[in-house]
Amino acid sequence: MAAKDNGRSPALRLETVALDCVMVRLFDTIDEANMPWLLAATQRLREAFADVLIDLVPSYTTVMVHFDIARLSLSEARERALQTLEALEPADDEQGETHVLPVWYDVAVGPELETIAARANITVDEVIRRHAEREYRVFALGFAPGFAFMGLVEPLIATPRLATPRKRIAPGSVGIAERQTAAYPGVSPGGWNLIGRTSARLFDRDRDGYSLLRPGDRVRFEPVNRDVFIRHGGDTTALEERR
Amino acid sequence: MNEQRSQAQAVLRVVEAGPFALLQDGGRFGVRHLGVTQGGALDVISLWAANYLLGNPLEAAVIEIALGGFALESESETTLALAGADLGATLDGEPLVPGRSFVMRPGQRLAFTQPLAGVRAYLAAPGGFAAPETLGSCATVVREGLGGLDGNGQALAKGDVLHCRAGSAPKPGRALPPTASLDLDAPVVLDMVLGAQIEDFDGRSLFEAFNADWQVDERADRMGVRLLGPQLRCHRETMVSEGIPLGAVQVPADGQPIVLMNDRQTIGGYPRLGALTPMSVSRLGQCLPGISVRLRPVSATQARRAYLALRAALEA
Repeated sequence: MAAKDNGRSPALRLETVALDCVMVRLFDTIDEANMPWLLAATQRLREAFADVLIDLVPSYTTVMVHFDIARLSLSEARERALQTLEALEPADDEQGETHVLPVWYDVAVGPELETIAARANITVDEVIRRHAEREYRVFALGFAPGFAFMGLVEPLIATPRLATPRKRIAPGSVGIAERQTAAYPGVSPGGWNLIGRTSARLFDRDRDGYSLLRPGDRVRFEPVNRDVFIRHGGDTTALEERR
Repeated sequence: MNEQRSQAQAVLRVVEAGPFALLQDGGRFGVRHLGVTQGGALDVISLWAANYLLGNPLEAAVIEIALGGFALESESETTLALAGADLGATLDGEPLVPGRSFVMRPGQRLAFTQPLAGVRAYLAAPGGFAAPETLGSCATVVREGLGGLDGNGQALAKGDVLHCRAGSAPKPGRALPPTASLDLDAPVVLDMVLGAQIEDFDGRSLFEAFNADWQVDERADRMGVRLLGPQLRCHRETMVSEGIPLGAVQVPADGQPIVLMNDRQTIGGYPRLGALTPMSVSRLGQCLPGISVRLRPVSATQARRAYLALRAALEA
């Protein structure tokens, strides 16, 4: 198979994971260079399984195909997936939208700004600058509707998850876990290190396509002050407030 | 809803509700790549059965009642059907047997008290209960704020008013085909299609997985059911997160399996032994904490054959 993407071409494997699901495994480790291959595989599988597809679940290194067992057996599904992915070529690396998410970075809504600064031996402002400086890639959606796992943050501000997750996090909260970053679309529990809050509506069931972010999209975080955050409809709910 | 109210369809009022009475259907599909969970009736066989008894589409919206503490009053005469767990249901005090349809008259009270056999009862109404579809389904997922009577993921509550989609049941008085009734008294054997990651478990763990008695833990809900037993060992503690099928039997570092149910997260990173068949997921959804279960490997061909036979019996 031609290695067009930084020399990183997938070693394709098909695995049985359930009576009605086949796992297409392309890689073993998380890497931005996986994306063009995953996007190409996802698109091909969506088309090839269209008539029998129940759900397609792409992730960092895999695409899970959930098909209708009334119409297809597991071995037929494996065969179809294998044929579909023959001579796979990576998608255009420019594929995906670019988003700018306004973020109010502040200890009032980002209590771990100080923890991260102390760990890295830099100032809070420097943590913010470094987080907002990079453009991130959406690797996968999961955990909650519209929750996009993005990366990679630079190693200096990478921080392990909280030992004890919070029970309730306000919508829009932006966090870091290891070298990934994300924003919580809705109220949820969570163990990421919070550094700020975005006013962007990440999941909206009245929006076409529902989720603002999709795998392969690119995201930049733009620091805004509290007033701008509020003007854009940002949620100022205090941290861990209970109803 | 206005359209439904203008017709002369049956109206039911919730007069008592704990936190576990949820509108459910076959689940929410086509949006899992956005992180939206599957949802839907945990015991899909009983969902189908309840709808079959009235001649409804098999995945029409029903009420899933877990454990009891739920009561309805009717404002009109209607035929309803009950399947799944025996939660000591009574109609004006007269016991109702699951697996049958019955007529409810204006002013009568239908009450669910406590689990006598199984965990979840399914109540079907003519044409299904009317509810808006959010992302293609009315399945209630409280965590995601999706589905239910108002589309916001709320459990049914006292004072809620339910409308039926049809004025009368197309086929009242039907009897269930025998394969569509779960035997809730029989020992629980859960069939599992083995997954590729089974190679990552050591031999002793594989022996124990399929020979030990597993006890259903108290940590059992619509997201997952934890099983207690011998500690299973896997060479890998975590993996890169990937899609999780319904019924996946994942084994976290403590070696105690968790079976992932309808409201599971869409992706996750624990190694898995395999996944229960849809019929065994249904069965597990009827197991109270403390019940002993066994896991049994099954071939995909055999499991599919059983699934197709059941569907064929219900679609007849």
